[in-house]
Amino acid sequence: MSEAQAPLHHRFHLNMGPQHPSTHGVLRVILEMDGEYVLNPQPVLGYGHRMQEKMAEARAWPGFYPNTARMDYAGALHYNHGYCALIERLAGIEVPPRAEYIRVITSELNRIASHLLWYGALLLDLGAFTPILYTFDDREQILDILEDITGSRLTYCYFRAGGVSRDIDDKFVERTRAFITRLRSRFPMLEKLVNGNVIFLKRVEGVGIIDKDMCQRYGATGPVARGAGVPYDVRRAEPYSVYPEFDFEIPVGENGDSLDRFLVRFKEMEQSLRIIEQALDRLPDGPVMAKVPKKLKLSPGDVSFAVEAARGELTYYLISDGTEVPYRMRIRVPSYSNLSVLPELCHGMLLSDLVAAMGSLDLVIPEIDR
Amino acid sequence: MMESLMPELIRMVVAAVLVVAFVFLNAMIMGYLERKLSAHIQRRPGLMEVGPHGILQLLIDGLKLIGKQLVIPEKSDHFLFRLAPVLSFAPVVLPFIVIPFSRKLVIRDLDVGLIFILAISSLNVLTILVAGWSSNNKYSLFGAVRSVAQNISYEIPMLLSLLAVVLMTGTFSLQGIVAAQGKIWFFLIQPIAFITYIIAGVAETNRAPFDLPEAESELTAGYHTEYSGMGFSLFMLAEYANMFIVCSIATTLFLGGWRGIPLPFGDYSGIIWFFLKVYGLMVFLVWIRWTYPRTRFDQLMNFCWKYLIPFALVNVLVTAVLVKVL
Repeated sequence: MSEAQAPLHHRFHLNMGPQHPSTHGVLRVILEMDGEYVLNPQPVLGYGHRMQEKMAEARAWPGFYPNTARMDYAGALHYNHGYCALIERLAGIEVPPRAEYIRVITSELNRIASHLLWYGALLLDLGAFTPILYTFDDREQILDILEDITGSRLTYCYFRAGGVSRDIDDKFVERTRAFITRLRSRFPMLEKLVNGNVIFLKRVEGVGIIDKDMCQRYGATGPVARGAGVPYDVRRAEPYSVYPEFDFEIPVGENGDSLDRFLVRFKEMEQSLRIIEQALDRLPDGPVMAKVPKKLKLSPGDVSFAVEAARGELTYYLISDGTEVPYRMRIRVPSYSNLSVLPELCHGMLLSDLVAAMGSLDLVIPEIDR
Repeated sequence: MMESLMPELIRMVVAAVLVVAFVFLNAMIMGYLERKLSAHIQRRPGLMEVGPHGILQLLIDGLKLIGKQLVIPEKSDHFLFRLAPVLSFAPVVLPFIVIPFSRKLVIRDLDVGLIFILAISSLNVLTILVAGWSSNNKYSLFGAVRSVAQNISYEIPMLLSLLAVVLMTGTFSLQGIVAAQGKIWFFLIQPIAFITYIIAGVAETNRAPFDLPEAESELTAGYHTEYSGMGFSLFMLAEYANMFIVCSIATTLFLGGWRGIPLPFGDYSGIIWFFLKVYGLMVFLVWIRWTYPRTRFDQLMNFCWKYLIPFALVNVLVTAVLVKVL
């Protein structure tokens, strides 16, 4: 349905959100509609704006640790990781190998937790209520494991510049291995639950096609770009931590539709399990924290660091004027770019497809608003 | 004159009271079953707090809903807004008049019982439209419009599937149809009609995977978005009662009605069999709802017009020819 077909007097506006069951947070989308067809969806942001960047510029750099976890509540450890690695790069801190391994293990666990949450949420958007409770069951295991070592279940503050705050123990390794076995045995069920379902396939196949060009223009990263066939993963493109030591694949889709994004995330969970397995096998001994002075002045200059968060590329950019307090902090979050695809993506879509397409983007609103 | 009228009047009052009471009871049973079953499908215990295994939860919920304020949107059509939930009650209460619960227990066995039910049930869509329109809310209107389109479309395959049975029995009386199923239940002879009817029935009752009028993730709550308290609960009551009617038609026409292996309860065994079958079907609907994702609107319509109606038509044709030949 093009705009030429829809005379002006047929159009009306539908306000979706900030409180709406399928915006998963406080996202508001103003939809210009013609009947059930969406002509122009305009996202309105900022309902959860907390000035995270300004907060980083208003306190000594260690004070920002807890904030990092409060942007993307579903994949907080990647945000921890990016910030700590940024400070390490600026201050030239060498991180002990054991700490790097622990970071990789916990980050990948967090990625799986995030993808499991998304899996349930997408199906909830499609009207299937049950799968989310199945994946929450698995996700709960991860939260329990992470709670034991980090002390929190969602907003982790575990990584420190120079390492991690606590060492892991044998119990952690044991539980993680048990979890890997468990999740592997659950994958066929989770896949069969939806991939063999005609209704599900009809709702996602060929719906919400994002091609390579669109990804480039809007800066979409993560599973959204990989679903479109762009094999871009920061873990490969710009390796950080100890990721080069592991053997893992970067799954890519072909058509860039919602189904491809679904399958890419699904395969990513399997790859994450592989990474965790390898890391557990090769876990070195040693300290988990480098010697970092209590009061560390950041050397003047600017530095950036990118990590592959669960939703795509997350970049911290910091300008320092030589004090403890960063002069400028800029955070580039993946969901923001992924959301900006929406108006072009959903032009001429049915309202139901818009919900499905938005679900397949895996948006976390506090991350966008930050 | 009065003497002859009195028993009939008493009969009417008793029937009316029983039916309305049953509609409430049915909603409580189904509400409980639905929440408990969905919980077990989702591997959680579900209701556990009020009474043993949460049996009294629905009673408490009912009291809570009665106590809640009915918020009327300022710019809504107040009269229609208040009227719609009450109106939604009529089309689900009246069909109880002709449903044969057992050999004897039927309020009135009309000769046109089936037509009566279908005619009354099709009014259901009107109340939804009134509710959606008077709310003055775009989501409500969406739900209402979807509901009208969906219900009217799915009434066709529903009628066609029932017509196949009527052709075989040659009567519209529900007792007559049950009587015709002495030897073999019709779902064995008319499997296509039975499946068509169940699919159309799911769509008629607006339940997942065809719950587009109240598609939660798209339309928040569809046509009853603006309703709170008793307004909302009347719609819920109507929905469950509608489910009961759809399932009892399926039972009567395809599953032998109150027939079954004789139980040691004399005449009451018919009632027991009838309710077992109806609630079995309703549990089946609940099972579907909590297992499948929702279809899209155009897919739903395509499915109806491109597959369901042609299949049902062919089925009616074949049945008609066979009835004539045999």
